[in-house]
Amino acid sequence: MNKATKAAVTEICSQYGNDRGNMMDILRAVQERLGGIYGETIDIIAESVSAPRVEVESTASFYSFLSGKPTGEVVIRLCNDVIDKMYRVDRVAAAFSEELGIGFGETTADGKITLEWTPCIGMCDQAPAALVNDEVMTRLSTDHARDIVASLKSGREYYKLPHELGDGNNAHKLVHSMVVNHIRRPGAVIFADFQPGAGLANALGMTPVEVIRCMKIARLRGRGGAGFPTGLKWEFTHTADGERKFVICNADEGEPGTFKDRVILTERADLLFEGMTIAGYAVGSDAGVLYLRGEYTYLRRHLERILGERREAGLLGENVRGKKGFDFDIRIQMGAGAYICGEETALISSCEGLRGDPKNRPPFPAQKGFLGEPTVVNNVETLCCAARIMEKGAAWFSQFGTKGSAGTKLLSVCGDCDRPGVYEVNFGTKLSEVLEMAEAADPAAVQVSGPSGEMVAPGDFDRAISFDDLATGGSIMVFNSKRDLLGIVAEFMDFFIDESCGYCTPCRVGNVLLKERLDKIRSGQGCPEDLDYLQALGETVKTASRCGLGQTSPNPILTTLANFRQLYEALVKPATGELLATFDLESALSEAKAIAQHD
Amino acid sequence: MSLLDIDDRLLKLVELIDFDKSPIDDIKSFSGPVDIGLIEGGCSNEENVHVLQEFRKHCKILISIGDCATMGGIPAMRNNIPLKECLDEAYINGPSVHNPGGLTPNDPDIPLLLNKVFPVHEVVKIDYHLPGCPPPADAIWEALVALLTDKPVTLPYELLKYD
Repeated sequence: MNKATKAAVTEICSQYGNDRGNMMDILRAVQERLGGIYGETIDIIAESVSAPRVEVESTASFYSFLSGKPTGEVVIRLCNDVIDKMYRVDRVAAAFSEELGIGFGETTADGKITLEWTPCIGMCDQAPAALVNDEVMTRLSTDHARDIVASLKSGREYYKLPHELGDGNNAHKLVHSMVVNHIRRPGAVIFADFQPGAGLANALGMTPVEVIRCMKIARLRGRGGAGFPTGLKWEFTHTADGERKFVICNADEGEPGTFKDRVILTERADLLFEGMTIAGYAVGSDAGVLYLRGEYTYLRRHLERILGERREAGLLGENVRGKKGFDFDIRIQMGAGAYICGEETALISSCEGLRGDPKNRPPFPAQKGFLGEPTVVNNVETLCCAARIMEKGAAWFSQFGTKGSAGTKLLSVCGDCDRPGVYEVNFGTKLSEVLEMAEAADPAAVQVSGPSGEMVAPGDFDRAISFDDLATGGSIMVFNSKRDLLGIVAEFMDFFIDESCGYCTPCRVGNVLLKERLDKIRSGQGCPEDLDYLQALGETVKTASRCGLGQTSPNPILTTLANFRQLYEALVKPATGELLATFDLESALSEAKAIAQHD
Repeated sequence: MSLLDIDDRLLKLVELIDFDKSPIDDIKSFSGPVDIGLIEGGCSNEENVHVLQEFRKHCKILISIGDCATMGGIPAMRNNIPLKECLDEAYINGPSVHNPGGLTPNDPDIPLLLNKVFPVHEVVKIDYHLPGCPPPADAIWEALVALLTDKPVTLPYELLKYD
């Protein structure tokens, strides 16, 4: 390593205050500057921030956007989630491979371009999609792939790649992206017009306890999927003892098939920041963190601009909106490609500059969260609802939806439908109505709430989107009758195997065993007992795993076993003879026969 | 052979059962249908496979006994090494080997080794597993008595913990 490189790393560390709490920012900056974090670089970072080497290395090796070996100046990450595969990302991948002369996970000989796979990047409504460094390229064809490579080879900057700009703020010069919003159905809560400060003004006219009571009266529940009552969460944090309190917005939208937060961040960031500020006032916090997934880096400058505007307008900073004693500001913490960081305790670990490992609960974040202090972690959409409740009132909000599920819900619909995109519907809307809106001609199965949710069969399409029936974080993936459903289940299991943090055995090992048995059944070698095995093991993994990932990862198998059992039953057959169908004596003897030279 | 650990209870057992094919009475092949078959050891060669087939064919209930049968055990340590390397080490390259001809035994009468050692439930269906190295005599006793008296096999935790 030469002196200049050393100096660069030291400088990056000091730029972030040589503070190990800023490890994510340091590592992202080093990655960007040097194209990888390995060897002596790790020693220099460890020394600069006074952390053990192993702490730096374990964080650096955890995130998929940080690389333990040199990568090219440009990294092309092609999205390989199930929807992109339906849109034939394999052909696009072959075109990239051919033009670059390298396989996936490899870098061109001149060290310029690296080609990689990545899980869902939140563009399922415009698949196939890829990240070219931070730039999002959507609706890729093989022609696009060839154009992109030609353009990169001719030495043009990747961000000047030719493309048409998307609608709304996507075309703003600070976003400058070809991403399209696809807001198919705007509703009253999220996508209605919004005047910055309108909700905050009302909130600051009340006491924090009154604001919390408003959330309770509005019956607002978390939009991430679990549906915890927001007012209660705020109250816990409000009453918890701590030197400081924090508000974190979970914008690590990683559940495959979910892209609603992308659209909120693009078009209603003001509403979100207003919600965070209101949460800050309610719980007594002076600092908010927006944890933005690494895949959405292209939105960062746009979000920073809006934060800047809010500071200038007095909606952030000291004495917010002239309210004496209420100081609140928001910073953006970038993630670096890890699905598990959408789990709130893993997200907090990541904010603290650590591996994105979930923490043991209790204590819950409301008592001991970020830096050990009481912390509210809310979904993007939840905070937007909170801002709107303060603007228009709890009664106005709870007129939408059902008794147990007040308000509207954003759905991101994708897959086999003619109008993929974001739909804001009232809670209580039937799945069949959603499918009709999205113009799904031949829906044979619908995955609700992403791989961790439920695969719903046509007989259940009249079920309603709500916390009491079909609870969802927003992902709706539609599959037509020609799709290989068990193949899709296998894809989902592969996803969980990749994204498991590895901390607890049920999740790390159990998901692999589930996938192996599923593969056995899919290859036609399964017996009826294998279905009982999948059921029993799936339940064990759900019960015994440490965090939400393992507690939901068997769902693709368990929900298809329940709702599409006939698919499995058509594939299994009782073993004939004494040997198991999976045991093949001939292949088990192959090596010995070759050695003994028997026939 | 850990069955012998049940000591004098063996005499009580004999009152409940007849031995068919077993090392205790030295009967080599099954004489008819049998209620319970006990299997120890992993499945490592083609003869083991045939023995397992015979057991499955004749026994209503099969129990794998001990860690080699339930998970391959010590012999399965060879599973990470190609078979040829194992045989070469044993018959050609090992420090104490004297084998001027350099041949690996290949007489057709010697059963061929499998590419790896299998736990027996990967070869035939096994109804019950008794883990342990060896499993405690009480575990074997409790399991057999439960099966022979048509009661559910519920072993207390103490008989299944190994720390």
